[in-house]
Amino acid sequence: MTALLEVGHLVKDFSAHGSLFRKGPVTRAVDDVTFSIETGETFGLVGESGSGKTTTGRCLLRLIEPTSGEVRFRDENVLAMPPRELRRTRRHLQMVFQDPYSSLDPRMRAGASVAEPLVIHRIGNRQARDARVATLFDLVGLPADAAARYPHEFSGGQRQRIGLARALALEPSLLVLDEPVSALDVSVQAQVVNLLLDLQQRLGLTYLFIAHDLRLVRQICSRVAVMYRGRIVELGPADRLFDAPAHGYTRALLTAIPRLDVTGRLDRVEYDEASFERLPLSEVAAGHWAAV
Amino acid sequence: MTPPAPAPATSQPAHGVAPLLSVEDLTTVFRLADGREAPAVDGVSFTIASGETLGLVGESGSGKSVTALSIVRLVRPPGRITGGRVVIDGHNVFDLDEREMRSIRGRRIGFVFQEPMVALDPVYTIGAQIEETLAVHALARGAAARRRVIELLDAVRIPRPDERADAYPHQLSGGLRQRAMIALALSAEPALVIADEPTTALDVTVQAEILDLLRDMRRAFNLSLLLITHDLGVVAGMADRVAVMYAGRIVEQAPTADVLHAPAHPYTRGLLASMPGARPGTRLEAIAGTVPPIGSLPIGCAFAPRCPRRFEACDERPPITAAAPGHDVRCFLYPGAGA
Repeated sequence: MTALLEVGHLVKDFSAHGSLFRKGPVTRAVDDVTFSIETGETFGLVGESGSGKTTTGRCLLRLIEPTSGEVRFRDENVLAMPPRELRRTRRHLQMVFQDPYSSLDPRMRAGASVAEPLVIHRIGNRQARDARVATLFDLVGLPADAAARYPHEFSGGQRQRIGLARALALEPSLLVLDEPVSALDVSVQAQVVNLLLDLQQRLGLTYLFIAHDLRLVRQICSRVAVMYRGRIVELGPADRLFDAPAHGYTRALLTAIPRLDVTGRLDRVEYDEASFERLPLSEVAAGHWAAV
Repeated sequence: MTPPAPAPATSQPAHGVAPLLSVEDLTTVFRLADGREAPAVDGVSFTIASGETLGLVGESGSGKSVTALSIVRLVRPPGRITGGRVVIDGHNVFDLDEREMRSIRGRRIGFVFQEPMVALDPVYTIGAQIEETLAVHALARGAAARRRVIELLDAVRIPRPDERADAYPHQLSGGLRQRAMIALALSAEPALVIADEPTTALDVTVQAEILDLLRDMRRAFNLSLLLITHDLGVVAGMADRVAVMYAGRIVEQAPTADVLHAPAHPYTRGLLASMPGARPGTRLEAIAGTVPPIGSLPIGCAFAPRCPRRFEACDERPPITAAAPGHDVRCFLYPGAGA
């Protein structure tokens, strides 16, 4: 396996309401984040709200400009790319959002939404694009006549399928999936998760899976990074990280997951926020790193 | 009126003790865009004993929240309660006038919502809102009310309760706001708290803290709890009994361990099988299809179109039967005793 995406010392600062001459206080949303994603794997980025996981995902595609650091896609520095080259690279790096309803134009028919990336990148003529849209709808399990309908006519699960079809239109190799199923009911969520697994196998896709649902992350990710206060505090193979967490925060997170086999109070490990230190990652076992 | 179902409804609390809350054949309809009325809650019956927690589980659109609103008569048009009884303290709440109903809300039944900003007024401090509830129910005024506010905020483990009493809702974190709402819900010492997805918007560590708090409050205040959630994991840790709703109907009702370890209804089985985490690296067992929209439910079993075990009988509406003693199910796979 080779690294498809490498992220090095990524930093994103947000400055709150400053004035023209004085900057407001700076919040470091992403603090020295380093990881790499291998071709074909599903890499999970987990954390609670405010941990910086979503900001990290957006920085990778430069939907938000990072403050400093490095993002290399197929060994090319994404952050140094001029606009034209960035546009070309973005074909291979696509994002899927949590709420497909807000990412789809409500006045645009589903087929047109899916074809839009092809139009923007001037790929194919009308006829070729229609054929491609039909293929994509079939790929994500939507009936062909769905192309003529509007977003509000679909259920949440179907809208997420449309979002996926749109993200796949340009044949990307990496999908950044930001909470792709967390708005869906559990029975529908399972359908979309299975679709993601099928698509990965058929198209050889690589996933960065950003999620707060640790049960789901355990189910589908090969490796996992845990973020806390903008930093990765632990990173390793999923089975290893879930079975033998090394960082106190990871232990607190994992022992807080509701369990079907526990009645009454969970036997939780609490994490003392005051004990948090900005430590570098060190390797606690093969491929398993923790800020301890 | 149709005659009552012949099959025995067996999942009742201890013999001879009147339940705290009894919901009988509750039906609430909603007017659709085309003018027809369709049931969002369709013949729902359950009881909650004093000190008991019932988990009401279902996916979006199952009718679990409308059930909660119906119990305290807070259904607004285009919704309308059309049938059934809700009995608390021996009174059918549908027979009460609005003044009597207001004394039930808060005083006998407290509410905790998913989003605290629904219950908390943004322009008043936490303390002022709790003091108002105490005044409305004539429980305490002035300095006594202030002391009670601080006691309540301390009971829900809000740090520095004397300072936090003067905070506005937006000045608190999500977890603290949820604690403040629990304090507000408990302020008039209700016998029953209805908690509608109380932890759904929270991070997993905060969720665990709030569930621990609800457990402690349940013991400290001898509360009954109607816990509405989509998360079977939350139910496992909290509920004595579980009622599973699908498309407006309760399809299964039994002690929690029975539902989780010996689910009877194909929908409950599918729901449990579709939960992630059990077998890492594998596909999930999804339930095919989607919940039919309100107004286009089949006449028979509402789950039949998605059910892997459907057969001819499912074209009719299944009665409630016992899959096992104390384990009610609405499915023709369980013919039961008197059905």
